[in-house]
Formats: sequence, C-alpha cells, structure tokens
Amino acid sequence: MHIVVCIKQVPDSAQIRVHPVYNTIMRQGVPTIINPYDLFALEEALRLRDRLGGEVTVLTMGPPTAAESLRKTLTFGADRAVLLTDRYFAGSDTLATSFALASALGKIAADFGKPDIIFTGKQTIDGDTAQVGPGIAKRLAYNQLTYVSRIVETDLDAGEIIVERRAEGGIQLLKTKFPVLITMLEATNEMRRGSIENALLAARAEVVTWNATDIGIEDLTKCGLRGSPTIVKKVFAPTARSEKAQIIQAEGGPTGLAEALICEIFQRAPGVESDLYEFAASN
Amino acid sequence: MIDERFDAIVVGAGPSGNAAAYTLATKGLKVLQIERGEYSGSKNVQGAILYADALEKIIPDFRDDAPLERHVTEQRIWMMDDSSHTGMHYRSDDFNEEKPNRYTILRAQFDKWFSARVKQAGAIVLCETTVTELVKDIHGRVIGVRTDRSGDTIKADVVILAEGVNGLVGQRSDLRPEVAPDSVALAVKEMHFLPRETVEARFNLTGNEGVVIEAMGTITKGMTGTAFLYTNEESISVGIGCIVSDFVDSDITPYALLEAFKNHPSIKPLLAGSECKEYAAHLIPEGGYKAIPQLVGDGWIIVGDAGQFVNAVHREGSNLAMTTGRIAAETVVWLHRLRNPMTKENLSEYTRRLSETFVMKDLKKYRGIPALLHGNKGNFFGLYPKLISQAMQTWFRVDGIDKVSKEKEIFRSFRSARTLLGMMGDAFKLVRAWR
Amino acid sequence: MAEDTKPAPPAASGRANTKKELPEHFKAYKHVWVAVEIEHGQVHSVSFELLGEGRKLADKRGVDLAAVVMGDNRASLEEAARQAFEYGADLVYLVCDPTLAHYRNEVATRALTDIVNTYKPEILLLGATNLGRDLAGSVATTLQTGLTADCTELEIDEEGSLAATRPTFGGSLLCTIFTLNFRPQMATVRPRVLAMPEPTPGHSGTIVEHKLGLAEEDIVTKVLQFIADRDSDKAQLPYADIVVAGGLGLRSAENFQLVKELADVLGAEYGGSRPLVQKGWIPADRQIGQTGKTIRPRLYIAAGISGAIQHRVGVEGADLIVAINTDPQAQIFEFAHLGIVADAITLLPALTEAFAKRLRVNRLAG
Ligand SMILES: Cc1cc2nc3c(=O)[nH]c(=O)nc-3n(C[C@H](O)[C@H](O)[C@H](O)COP(=O)(O)OP(=O)(O)OC[C@H]3O[C@@H](n4cnc5c(N)ncnc54)[C@H](O)[C@@H]3O)c2cc1C
Ligand SMILES: Cc1cc2nc3c(=O)[nH]c(=O)nc-3n(C[C@H](O)[C@H](O)[C@H](O)COP(=O)(O)OP(=O)(O)OC[C@H]3O[C@@H](n4cnc5c(N)ncnc54)[C@H](O)[C@@H]3O)c2cc1C
Ligand SMILES: Nc1ncnc2c1ncn2[C@@H]1O[C@H](COP(=O)(O)O)[C@@H](O)[C@H]1O
Repeated sequence: MHIVVCIKQVPDSAQIRVHPVYNTIMRQGVPTIINPYDLFALEEALRLRDRLGGEVTVLTMGPPTAAESLRKTLTFGADRAVLLTDRYFAGSDTLATSFALASALGKIAADFGKPDIIFTGKQTIDGDTAQVGPGIAKRLAYNQLTYVSRIVETDLDAGEIIVERRAEGGIQLLKTKFPVLITMLEATNEMRRGSIENALLAARAEVVTWNATDIGIEDLTKCGLRGSPTIVKKVFAPTARSEKAQIIQAEGGPTGLAEALICEIFQRAPGVESDLYEFAASN
Repeated sequence: MIDERFDAIVVGAGPSGNAAAYTLATKGLKVLQIERGEYSGSKNVQGAILYADALEKIIPDFRDDAPLERHVTEQRIWMMDDSSHTGMHYRSDDFNEEKPNRYTILRAQFDKWFSARVKQAGAIVLCETTVTELVKDIHGRVIGVRTDRSGDTIKADVVILAEGVNGLVGQRSDLRPEVAPDSVALAVKEMHFLPRETVEARFNLTGNEGVVIEAMGTITKGMTGTAFLYTNEESISVGIGCIVSDFVDSDITPYALLEAFKNHPSIKPLLAGSECKEYAAHLIPEGGYKAIPQLVGDGWIIVGDAGQFVNAVHREGSNLAMTTGRIAAETVVWLHRLRNPMTKENLSEYTRRLSETFVMKDLKKYRGIPALLHGNKGNFFGLYPKLISQAMQTWFRVDGIDKVSKEKEIFRSFRSARTLLGMMGDAFKLVRAWR
Repeated sequence: MAEDTKPAPPAASGRANTKKELPEHFKAYKHVWVAVEIEHGQVHSVSFELLGEGRKLADKRGVDLAAVVMGDNRASLEEAARQAFEYGADLVYLVCDPTLAHYRNEVATRALTDIVNTYKPEILLLGATNLGRDLAGSVATTLQTGLTADCTELEIDEEGSLAATRPTFGGSLLCTIFTLNFRPQMATVRPRVLAMPEPTPGHSGTIVEHKLGLAEEDIVTKVLQFIADRDSDKAQLPYADIVVAGGLGLRSAENFQLVKELADVLGAEYGGSRPLVQKGWIPADRQIGQTGKTIRPRLYIAAGISGAIQHRVGVEGADLIVAINTDPQAQIFEFAHLGIVADAITLLPALTEAFAKRLRVNRLAG
C-alpha cells in the first residue's frame, strides 16, 4: 500500500508577536514547527503501513527550509520525503495550494506508485481553513473522508475502508473505496518517537525536491498569488475595547466580594437574574 | 545494529559543542553531534554578549551571515541601592570599528546559525535526542553513547562532552562530581520587545550600536549576584542571577527578584511600554578555577560550561566555551592524524594547550573572587551600595550645608556602618583576589 | 485564505487579481445565498445566524436572499424552508432526494454545485461546522472560486464586493479577504460568531425545487451507522446562557471542581482555556476560544484565565464578561466588563455559596 501524508511547516503561532506600534507580525525568532494537526495524520499513516505493509511518502509545499520538517518525519519513520518548492508557489491560497499539491501527487503516482490513501491534517494553525484536504480530493477525484476519528477496517483486496467520522451531533460510520483522502482529527493517536537508527538515516536522507516544471505544471497562472482567487487586502490587530473592566472592590473578604459581584451582575443583566430564579424554582 | 563508527561524538549543541563539531568536521573527521533540544539553541539561555575574538578563530568570516543584533559601543556599570544607582559609563566611537569586538545576540538564532554551519561542514546533527549514558568497555574506556531513543549504542573513538552546566552525562558516568549549589548561579532573564526606534532613542544609539548595563547592589537582596540589561535590535534582554545556595537560604524567588529589578526606578523607564515575551531560567557555573573538574579521560573530553569554564567577574562564558571546544577538537584532530589512540594521557594535551590560553590564565587570576564575594555578601550586596548611594546623595544635593560638613558626614556614615578596619580588609581582599 | 499572509497588505501594483475585473460570464451572478444545514430533520442554528447576516448583505447589495435546503424528507425540508423565510429569505431552493438522507460529501457537493451553476449566486455562505467545512472546500474547488473560512465579520465594501474578515496567525491578527474576480464569493462562519436574528413570523417567499437525479448505486460512500452523541455528556457550550470557565490560574484539576460547582448552582455550562485540555483536566469539547468553541452567553465568568487573544476571540460575543484574576495587569481585564482581582481558589467557593444563598432565599420568598 502506498500512503501519502501532506504536512505543512508553520510558524509556531504561540510565539508570534504583533508589533505594538505598527501592528505587523514580528517574525524575529519565531520557530517553525510541523503543523501539529498533521502529526496525527502521519502517525495514523505509519500505523497503517506497519500493519499492512507498503510505504509512506510525506509531501509538503513550502520554502526550501521546509526540508527540515520533512527530515523530521523521516525520523519518525516515513519512507520518503518530497519537497515542492518554487517561487511561483509563493502567496498561494488554498485553491492554488491544492492545485500544486495535486500536480505533485500526479508525479508521485507516476514515480513511486499511485497512492491508495492520502492523509492531511484537519487544518493548519496558520491558514486554519481545513480546505486544502477537500481541495486535493476533488482535484484528484479521490473519495473524501474528513474529520476521521478512527480507522475501523481496511480491506485491501476489496479496496474498501471503514472509518468513524466526527459529524455534527454524532459519529458517522462510513464505508468507502480506495483511493481515498482522509483528514485526520486531532488527539486520535500519539506520535511515536523514532529509533536512533531512523534518526541517523533521516539525518542523511535526501529530500526529493521538485519545482513547478518538475511536476509538469505548464500553466503558471494557476500557481501562487496569480492562481489564488482570494486576496488579502488588509491585515490588522484586533482593536482594544475602549473601556476596561470595572474592578469590583468590597470589604469582608471573599464573601463580601462575592456579594458585591452578584449585585453588580444582576444590575447589569437583569435578564440573568430572572432566569436564575426561574432555574432555581424549577429545580 | 549500528555498524558505523564515528571519529567523534559531540554531546550538546551550545557554543562549545558547535565549536568542537565544526572544527572536527572542517578537518574531515566523521562527526556525530547529539542535542536534546528541538534544534540547537532551543534550550539555551544567555544574556547575551558574543565576544567576536573567540568565534573569529573558528569562523573568520562569521560577520557575513551570523545573526548579530547590535555591536556594543557603550558599557555601563551600576552600583544600585533601592532607589538609586551610581554608575560608570564608558562609551567610545572606537567601538564602531570595522570588525567590532562585542555584539549582543539572541542565542536561539545564533545557535541555529552556528548549527547550520556545523551541518554544512559535514557533521551529522541529531536533535531531539538526549544522550543518557556513556558506554564503556571492560577497561573503563569510553567507546560510545546511548540515547533516549530505542536502538543500539553509537560508537566513536572519542566523546566530547559539551553538555552544559549540569553535566549530567558526565556525572552519571562518574567522570565528574555533581555541581555544588554554592558554585552555580541561577539566572532568570526576560526579553522585552520594543520598536527599534524606541530602543535607539532611549539609549542614544545610531544604527547597530548597542549598550550593555551590568549592575550589582541591593537589587540582589543581600545575595551574591548581578543583574544585566542589554539592548538588542528590537528588544531588550534583562536578567538577574544569584548563587543557588543563597536562593536556597532565602525565601526569595528568582522571579520576584527580577520583577523587583524591573521595577527599580532606574530600570523601569528603560523598559516602559515594552511587551515581555520570553522568560527563561538557566544555571551559570561560577565556581571558577577551583571548581574545574577532571577534563579528560580515556575516550572523553569535557568542554564549555560542563567544565565550569565561566569567568563570572567579566561575564564571559560563551567565548570560553567556544575556545575550549575548538582546542579540544584541535587536540582530537592532531591525535587522529598521528593515529594515536584517544587515551587519557594523549588527550591531556588539551589541558596543556588550554593552560597557554586566556581561558586558564583568567580563571586562575580570579580564583579567589567567588569565595570572597560569597563570604562577604552582606557587605558587597547590601551595605556598600547603600553607603555609596548615600554618599553620592549627600555630595550632590545642594541644601545650604557646607562641603566640609558633607565630607565629614560621608565618612561618618561609612565608619559607623562598618569599621574602618573591616572596610580596608575587604578592599585589600578584593585587590588580592583580583590580582 | 492566503497561505502565506504577509504582514503588510500586498502592494496592489503588478498583481493582476487585486484589481476588480469581473469576467463577463460572472456578471450574471446575483443574490446572496445561505446553504442551510439540516441534520436529522433539524436546522442548525448557525444557518439562522447566517440568514440574519445574509439579509443585511442582500439589502446592502439590493438583491434577494436565498436559502438552499437539501435532504430526503419533504416535510422537514418544507419546515426548514418556512423557517428560512421567517429568518429573512426571499427565496428557497429545495432539493429533495433519497440520496441526501445522510450528509455525504459526494452527494452534497454535487447538489450544491449544480444549483450554483444553474441559478448563479454572487455570495454563498455556509456554517463553519464539520459539515459546512467539508462541503465548502469541495464546492469551492469544484467551482474554482475563492473561499474564506471561519470569518468573524462580513461586509460589503464600496465597490459592492464581499469583505470577509477572519483571524489569522493563531488569532493574533485579523485579515480582510476578497474574492474579486471569481463567483460566487464564498465564506464560512462559525456557530455563535454572529448574533441570532429575530424571526418574522408569517414572512414567506418562493420555493424553487431542483431535481438532483442521482442514483444510490452511483455513490461510492455509504453511511453504515450514525451514533448520536448522548445529550447528557455532550457539552452545549455554544448555546449556553451562562458559562463558567477556568484557566491555568486554578493550578490543579482538583481546583477545577470549583468551576464545576459554581456552574452547577447556576445551571450553567463549564469550560476552560486550551492548556487545560492539553493537561487533560477537561475534555476537548469544553475548550473555549479560537480553536475551541465560540460562545455567546449572557453571562461569562472566567476564573484564572489570562485572556490571550485566542481565548478572547471565542468569548467576545458574551453580553457580560466577569473576570477573576490575581494579576491586575492580566489581559482579560482589557475586555471583561467586570473584574475582581482576587484568588479564584477562595473566591469561587464564596461566589458559589453567595449565589446558592440568593437562589434559596428567593425560592423561599417567591
Ligand atoms: C542568563 C545568562 C547570561 C549569560 N550571559 C553571557 C554573556 O553575555 N556572554 C557570554 O559569553 N556568556 C554568557 N553566559 C554564559 C554562556 O551562556 C555559557 O557559558 C555558554 O552557553 C556555555 O556553552 P556550552 O556549549 O558549554 O553550554 P550550553 O550553551 O548550555 O549548551 C549545552 C547544550 O547541550 C545540550 N545537552 C545537555 N545535555 C544533553 C544530553 N544529555 N544529550 C544531548 N544534549 C544535551 C543542551 O540542550 C544544550 O544545547 C550567560 C549565561 C546565562 C545563563
Ligand atoms: C494556534 C493557537 C490556538 C489557541 N487556541 C486557544 C483557544 O481556542 N482557547 C484558549 O483558551 N487558548 C488558546 N490558545 C492558547 C492561548 O494562547 C493561551 O496560551 C491560553 O489561553 C492561556 O490559558 P490560561 O489563561 O488558562 O493560562 P495563563 O495564560 O497561564 O493564565 C493564567 C492566569 O491565571 C491567573 N492566576 C494565577 N493564579 C490565580 C489564582 N489563584 N486566582 C485567579 N487567577 C490566577 C494569572 O494571573 C494568569 O493571568 C491557543 C494558542 C495557539 C497558539
Ligand atoms: N503547503 C502545504 N503543503 C502540504 N500540505 C498542506 C499544505 N497546506 C495545507 N496542507 C495540508 O492540508 C491540511 C489543511 O490545511 P488548511 O486548509 O490550510 O487548514 C493541512 O493539515 C495539511 O495536511
């Protein structure tokens, strides 16, 4: 079985700062990480491979430095890493990203065998759209299973897979056929730690690197900024609320404070008060 | 099974480990460097001042692409009491030289850059991997390491321990004793972000000029320690540190100490309006010359903080780390070329070479200082700063009192606080320790 | 959403698509649509919120507001249509087909793209639920148009284009995104981000029925089973009137009980900041904030929460925000309405007790 996992290298948004004066992003020293959601996809892929045999290829589109993230996936035990990098891809929105990735997946199929399963994360922490996965599925006409919380059964001979999918208000048990694109839900597994042998292999492995021409893209207007229908016109910091919290002070320790707070709450939100009494009466 | 054998394994990717790995790899040795952090620099804390000379001897053209923040053109040394500071400033345009002497850096970025150079030089760098133990043969010779990843021993002719101040690997393998609480300082540090222009305006800087403030006095609440404030490109590093045993004896937390320092009337306006985004704590070996452990053995060498190579008086550490890393590596290369085994005896060439450098000479010179300061902490970190401040105030305040009376008042306050003999004794001891 | 959002707005020069040059064939695209989400016969409330917002956008554009309802049960579809009219729709496109019994991407994508291609809306809105996100991504790719996910604000700019604002970079910044040269302009909005509008009883409109013509045999993916979340242990945070939440300031999972106890007395839902989920003190569906649930209660009590931006964006819609924090400089006091600088570990029990007493007294009196 051939499984491809799409990962993205993202800035660790926990460490992003906004410039206090200019409202621009201060990237200084912001480390990059593998999009945390993608690790669940990768681990699930590795488990499937360990169980059923085959290979896991990891694919990313990004700047040349994204090779570092790819190398890390090799440490975890992925078999092959492919980096898609080209200045023509810069500024891609989700439509242009899925176009580039789908094209690369075409070459992956030709060079290394057609993927039976493509995994993506649920979403990225920088783009945060959850659209790239569905985009790839549509372009490649793969069956699409999003928000998968568990892979229940895989039947290679029948080419069928059964999964549990997180839907609104419940879990769907779905059956579909290969080839399939799965976006994996978070907290569904825990990433393994690669062995020292894997780590040594990874440190030396070649990352397969392709540009737009390598993957056979002829129409460059479908790539990057030019191929992106959405346009970011303005980036700004959230405005501060003009008025700060009214700080409640009172005598009498916690009890006094609690009493004072309740008075203030009821005064500001009489609706809450009457609802509470209703709730208390009905209990 | 890992059949492969390395010429050298370097444990740790701080300045000492990077200097060693780089030097080995550029000389064509097969090097494996192992770092427990996510990347080189991810776990490292420093003020941070980079001393160009030590790095220049390893990477002469480092200024071309190393991430440097500002070059230092002004040094301030402050003696502080609770409401004032008495200071010395030295600023010189000579520091705006073509190849400046000192820079402020951000360790996370600097170490990452250094590590990239190490990789380019051909070393294999494994991050997120912790060396758990040294593997020895039946003769007690170190032949490799084991890590926290599943799998086999990785073998090498020599292991360079550049694991920093804690030196757990060396300790666990009985190569060195545990660090004593009275010979390490715990320093805490914050990064405060400010727009470039604000930093420049506040400290009278143009372009990439930078200011360094080192401070001591009552800010350490009677404990042995110092504080600092460094200007970076778009941020200010501020920190304070004291000897660990002093923290243990007092009930002051390092964090509270830093808070108080930041709120000192002399410091507060320098940080006003900034956004604090990083808080870190780290140990600094401050035992000096007397605390240096055994540095070599069969199949191993210790470099950097792990060997206690820090000059606390001059706040130098990373330069000693890089220099010891380089000299250890040069020794290994020399032995490797001669096809001499990495025995304790052969490796002791490292200690010999070190003794000819500033590293050993400086540490030897200051060998008395740590004990002196620590033994008289009440005076050096409480009494004297207060007296100096009082004296300054008496001297500068114009209030109708004649100058002769003022002088008398100053002498009286000094004398009543501490006997003349005691004070002279302290001065004498300080001079002697310095010499 | 641009993958590599630049800190500064991209310069307009030299980039073909930053200028509005709507191709001729898109000029026929008109009206604002909301794809209504129906699950098990019930309309998801996010659809009403979207209709309320869609109404405003349609009025600004001087066009109609239409709702798309899809499913297999005519009666519930007609009920959904009736509700859509009451919430402001002028028009309902109704697709009734047995293959639409359960949500499946394949079928729903086909149905929605079909009617978009037939009736050509200029704006298409969906809820940013699991269903909406699954569907929107596929539809946008199929139609080759732009889609802005998880918007917090929708506007019509001077030129009549949809300006969709959403958080970016983990919520530290907001960005405004346009789809100038493609149609429809698509956006998703998370539940409870927009206010729930008031329905107009009796308001009605036209139903346009659309035939799908799919056969079950042609559809690859099968729904074998649906396991509904049992109501009891499932958090209803987005819809709660009162929410009590705790953060790292509570210091331990045991202390978090204090939050639950207060919530219990108030008949409220409880939740927490993200670190608590990561530490395993509370389940993931109780996380409040950008990557958790957006809430819109009438009263929100936050104890030991610093008020990081990612948390803030999830709670700002609350009518009254009360913050308890030991640090007078805590960010949460920047956007809370009422603040108490105190130790939550002692204040929460006092508050629970004081509320309980009030309610008891009132019950006895009344
Ligand atoms: C607050 C502060 C301010 C300072 N200011 C200055 C200054 O301004 N100028 C200056 O020159 N010096 C300064 N120093 C001192 C300087 O930081 C150190 O001397 C220097 O970092 C020592 O380098 P090193 O390589 O020996 O150790 P470290 O930098 O500590 O590096 C050790 C590395 O080894 C890794 N490691 C540890 N154990 C293992 C293991 N078992 N397996 C794998 N990896 C391991 C660690 O993760 C780390 O990356 C300061 C120190 C502090 C704490
Ligand atoms: C991509 C991304 C997405 C995120 N999404 C979310 C999200 O959806 N929701 C979310 O909440 N966070 C989210 N976060 C995390 C967010 O940035 C903050 O780290 C988090 O909200 C902080 O949680 P906290 O307030 O509980 O903890 P802290 O920031 O540690 O704050 C604890 C507070 O408690 C106060 N305190 C301490 N002791 C007491 C006491 N005894 N009594 C009262 N107060 C006390 C302290 O003064 C402090 O203000 C996200 C982060 C990233 C990077
Ligand atoms: N540049 C990229 N390269 C590879 N995979 C990506 C890229 N961008 C997004 N993905 C995948 O698509 C998923 C959803 O991303 P997003 O739509 O940005 O939220 C991610 O979790 C990744 O698995």
